[in-house]
This record gives sequence, C-alpha cells and structure tokens, in this order.
Amino acid sequence: MSGDFQVKSDPELWEKLGMDVPRFSGMPTMLTNAYKCMFLAQRGRPAAMAYFDGMIENIHTGRIEEILAVKESGKPVIGTFCVYVPEELIVAAGGVCIGLCGGAQGSIADAEKILPRNICPMVKSAFGFKIGKICPYFQTVDLVYGETTCDAKKKTWELLDRYVPTHVMEIPQMKRERDKKLWMEEVKDFKTAVDKISGIETDFHAVAAAIETINAKRAALQRLNSLRHHTPSPISGKDMLLIEQIAFYDEPVRYAKMVHELCDELAQRVRDGIAVAPASTPRILVSGTPMALPNWKMHHIIESSGAIVVNEESCIGTRYYKDLIDEGSVSVDQQLERLTERYMKIDCSCFTPNDERIDQVLKEYGDSGAEGIIDYCLQFCHTYNIEAVKLREACESRGIPFMSIETDYSPDDAGQLQTRVEAFIEQIRG
Amino acid sequence: MTMQIGIDLGSRTIKTVALKGGSMLSRTVVESGFEPHHQALKLLARHPKARVVATGYGRHLMQQHAELDVITEIKAHALGARHLFPECRTILDVGGQDCKVIQLNASGRIMSFQMNDKCAAGTGRFLEMMAVTLGFGLEAFGQAAAKAEVETSINSMCAVFAESEVISLKNRGVPPEEIARSVHLAVASRLSAMVAKIGCDDHLVFTGGVANSPIMAQLLERALGVPLLVPADPSIIGALGAALHAKTKYA
Repeated sequence: MSGDFQVKSDPELWEKLGMDVPRFSGMPTMLTNAYKCMFLAQRGRPAAMAYFDGMIENIHTGRIEEILAVKESGKPVIGTFCVYVPEELIVAAGGVCIGLCGGAQGSIADAEKILPRNICPMVKSAFGFKIGKICPYFQTVDLVYGETTCDAKKKTWELLDRYVPTHVMEIPQMKRERDKKLWMEEVKDFKTAVDKISGIETDFHAVAAAIETINAKRAALQRLNSLRHHTPSPISGKDMLLIEQIAFYDEPVRYAKMVHELCDELAQRVRDGIAVAPASTPRILVSGTPMALPNWKMHHIIESSGAIVVNEESCIGTRYYKDLIDEGSVSVDQQLERLTERYMKIDCSCFTPNDERIDQVLKEYGDSGAEGIIDYCLQFCHTYNIEAVKLREACESRGIPFMSIETDYSPDDAGQLQTRVEAFIEQIRG
Repeated sequence: MTMQIGIDLGSRTIKTVALKGGSMLSRTVVESGFEPHHQALKLLARHPKARVVATGYGRHLMQQHAELDVITEIKAHALGARHLFPECRTILDVGGQDCKVIQLNASGRIMSFQMNDKCAAGTGRFLEMMAVTLGFGLEAFGQAAAKAEVETSINSMCAVFAESEVISLKNRGVPPEEIARSVHLAVASRLSAMVAKIGCDDHLVFTGGVANSPIMAQLLERALGVPLLVPADPSIIGALGAALHAKTKYA
C-alpha cells in the first residue's frame, strides 16, 4: 500500500487560490516521502487508518475543493489558531472551521523577513505560510479569527491583518465571574461576525444541531483515546497524533463516523490481543504545547527510540476533546452561556492560576497507563515553559518520571533530543 | 575470560576502556576525525573477541557497522562514576558539545537528569572557541585563568555574543588572563545553576573532558559550595561505564 501513497497535486487549483505555485509544487513530494517514512513504515497499523492516509493524500486538493464548494454557496470559511475559538458557531452557520497550518520549518524563513526571530515557531510558521502564499487553506478562508492567548499571537494578528482579514477574540487570563461575562460578550461578537458572512442569523435549532455535531466529534475522539489507553496499545502514538491533527480540517460528521470505524477495529484488536508494540514497551504521556500538522518531530523521536506515546495532553490532543457542551439549553442565550462554560474548562497555561491543568495531567497519566511524562514546550512559549516547574514538582513528589523538552521545528537538535529521550527510557526501565 | 570494551564516541574524541576480570586493561583517547566509525572500528579490531558496548553521539552509527549494544552517555557516566565513587548521588559531565547533570538514588538508579538545550554555552566547545578568540591553547587558557588576580564578569552565555563581548574586553585593554578567568567563571556559574536545578547537597562527581581543567574544577567547587570529586582520568568515565554495562549484560 505504501507504494501507492501519493500526496496529490493540482497546480490549476492552487493558481486559482493565488498561491506561489512554483514554490509549492515541491511540497506534495516532500510530504509524500516524509509520510511514507514516518507513518506507512510503521508495523501493524490498523486497516481503518486508510481513511486518514487518504486525508493526507487529499490535503492540498480534494479537501480544499470541498471547502471551496461550501464557500461558493455563501457559507463562512474561517481560519483559527486556537481551541478557544468556538467552532460550533461556524458549523451552525453551515460553514467550515479550519485550524490553520503552523507546524513546518519551511515557512519560518518567510516569517523572519518581518517578525522577530525569537518568538514561537508556531506563530512564525503560520505567518510565513500566509505571506509566502504556500498554504491552500490560508488562501481559502474568508477571515482569520485570532485570540489573545499569548503575546506573540496577539501582536502578530495586527500584522497578519494586512494579508487576510483578521479578527481577534479577547480571551481573559483569569476565570472569575467577571471574566466569564467578558468572554460571553466575545462569543456573541464572534457569532455576529460569522453570521455576517452568510447574511443569515443562525437560530436556536442551527446552534443546537451544531453543538450536537461537534459534541459527537469530540466524543468520538474520547472513545478513541480511551481504547488507545489499553496496554498493550492497539495503535501507535504517531497515528493518534495524526488523527488529532486531522480533526482540525476534516468535515466533522464524516470525521466522527470514520473515527468510530477505527474505534470498532481497535476494540476488536483489544479483544484479540493485537497490539502495535509489546506490553513491555515503555509508555510515555506527552504534555504541553500543541503540535500542528506536520509537526511529528517529538513523537517520531520517542517512537523510534523504543517507547510508545499513549496520550497527548495538548491542544491537539485531550484539551480539544475532553469537555462537551451541555445540550439541554432552551434559548440561544443559554446555548451561548453553556458554550462559554465549556470553553472555560480548557486549561491553557495562559490562565493564572491554572492548577486544574496539573490535576488533569496527573489524571490522564493514570488513565493512560503511562510510565513517564515528557513535557513538550515550543521554544519561547513562556507560559507552558514556566508551568513545567509546577508540573515537575507534582510529578517528582509522586515518583513519576518527568522530563521537559524545549524545542522548535528545526531538525538540528534531533541528535540531542534522541539522547535525552533514550536516557529517559533507560530511566523508566531502571 | 572474556574482555569487555566500552567505547564512547564523543563530539571531539573517541575513548575506549577495556576490562578483564573486573580490572582495567587499557584505555585510549583519540580524535574523532571525519568518519568517527572508521577510527572506532580500527580501535576495536585489536580485540575481535571482546564484548562491546558503545555510547556517545556516534553510538547509533557504530551499531550500523558492528555487532554491539548501545547505552546513552547519561547511563554510561552514571555507571562509570558510581564504580569509582560508590556513594555518589550527583554527577556533572561536561563534554565537547553538551553538559549534563545526573541524579541517582542511594542504590545508583537514575532518578532524573538535565541536559543543555541546543546551545553551546557551558560546554567544552564554548571554552575552546573563547580560547581561540584570545589566542590561547586550551591548557594555557586554563593556566592563564588561574593566574588572574582580578575578575571581570562576562554576561553573555551565548557563544556568539560572548565572543563579541570577549573581543570588546580585549579592545578595552583588559589583560588576557583576566578575560580567561571571566570566561571560566561564566561557565562555572552556568553549570552550577544547572546543578542547582536538580539539587546536590552532598558531593558532586565531575566527569568529561572539561573536568581535566583544574581551574574549572576549582571555580565550580567555589560556586557550588559542595566538595567536588574529579576522577584521575575524567575523559574516560563514559567509556568505563559502557564497559561495565557490557560486563553485567554478558556476565
């Protein structure tokens, strides 16, 4: 099967989107090769991964055409960079929410022509994708809805607005009653901005249906994650990360259905005792900052060193799907309030205090049968980096092996990271 | 009786230690050269029947070319240091391109470790670069630092910025001994901060090529405030640990 895999090209489509076609045309081959080596070369992958492989083959073509069809029907297509922006309200308007690209080294040089070098690689990568015109998703969106979860993003939106209309949602940094009020106002503004694109005000029924759709998608991921927690694991950490990344650009109803199909297969694997690695393989929980597509660096190093990743406590991971919205509302105002309450449970390190995150990491550590925690911090992400101090203390006081890693997208520290990961595995094995 | 060889393929040098019946038969230290595995294979060819364990940056490269096991430098230094100092709980290893602090429990098991991120600060390479900037050989660099009577402080620990800082000190007429001293002090303070993160309240074993410098050991001991134990031959501790691992593994 690996011989047939090919990330598809469509220069005509890319031309229509105003992309830098000569530059982008090398991308599908690069991605094909990386994907073959990191994903298809894995042993014992579940058959239902074929759908997700297909999502990668169509990442620059088929899925873009689907999104364009929605856009041409007058529905909103909105790019986001954070799990705090409520996608339910975009889905309620019949639109598409896309978590935009920001996980590749290749676009960073573009960004550094304008942005300072010493800021987060995810922000630089995303900005570079837009100004380099090398992301078909960025070229497709009506607008970008940013937020204020970190300084690098907040100030970059001001510059990004020159290239694509960029709105900003203010996310408070504490979780008191007065912060909830502000947040509710921001959610209402967001709904207005989304509805303005289609010109139709979404009503109670549309919002209710959208909440159900996204709840179902998150519930499917919860089911998948709990099956994956089985020892020995029926699926690799890399494949899990990939599925969690695809959640940010796939059509939610189809996606949930395909996740459930995979779950059925994994449940059967668990019953039959089929696993991707022996039960003795050291199990690692990865916590910390998000890994945007195609950032597979940390998982690849961990799983190439003889361990398996069994949980992602991350925005692209459990932070995205651990909470659902209460479906019992009777009015739009109540829906928005329940929605805000759900979003306020997300435990990003941009909040202070944020001790519930430490508890959540420890809970996931227990649930996943992990034997050690690697805290992954993107370079210059101060809030996660500082929060790692508390996380380390919590782990050390409980005898949980813990290691924090700060890195970016460049391959130049791969050797060092490999040594650290291998030593961590030696530490777990004793 | 089988011989065990530990081979440590570091960024600057390759070290080997050969053990037989628990005692050290020989040790070698050679430059890594451009293709380190050729050098290493030459060294190993002398003892074709020995059990070999490789460590260091080149360990996986070696695995592609010879029948052997690998362990990380962290485990190797822990095993080597513990062999020489059976009570030790904290080890600082400073090599050519990285530095690490390793914490052990009472029975010698690794409890945690710290390693520098992708940055040359606090490594042998950093000292080498600064020595070159000042026109010293490596040994003379340490001797000059030991002679200085006044301490100037260097603020930058980024190898690139520190170089500009050293050049500007030079051009202000600060004597080279004083600058050499300040470079050593800056490294000592960086390393002691790293040790403090893990904590060390007993004594510290100092290993790796940089531990060959008496002035570095002296400044570090002063910065840490705990006794520092330096093995007689600190460069080979990783290779010794690898050889010891071969011994337990194939016993």
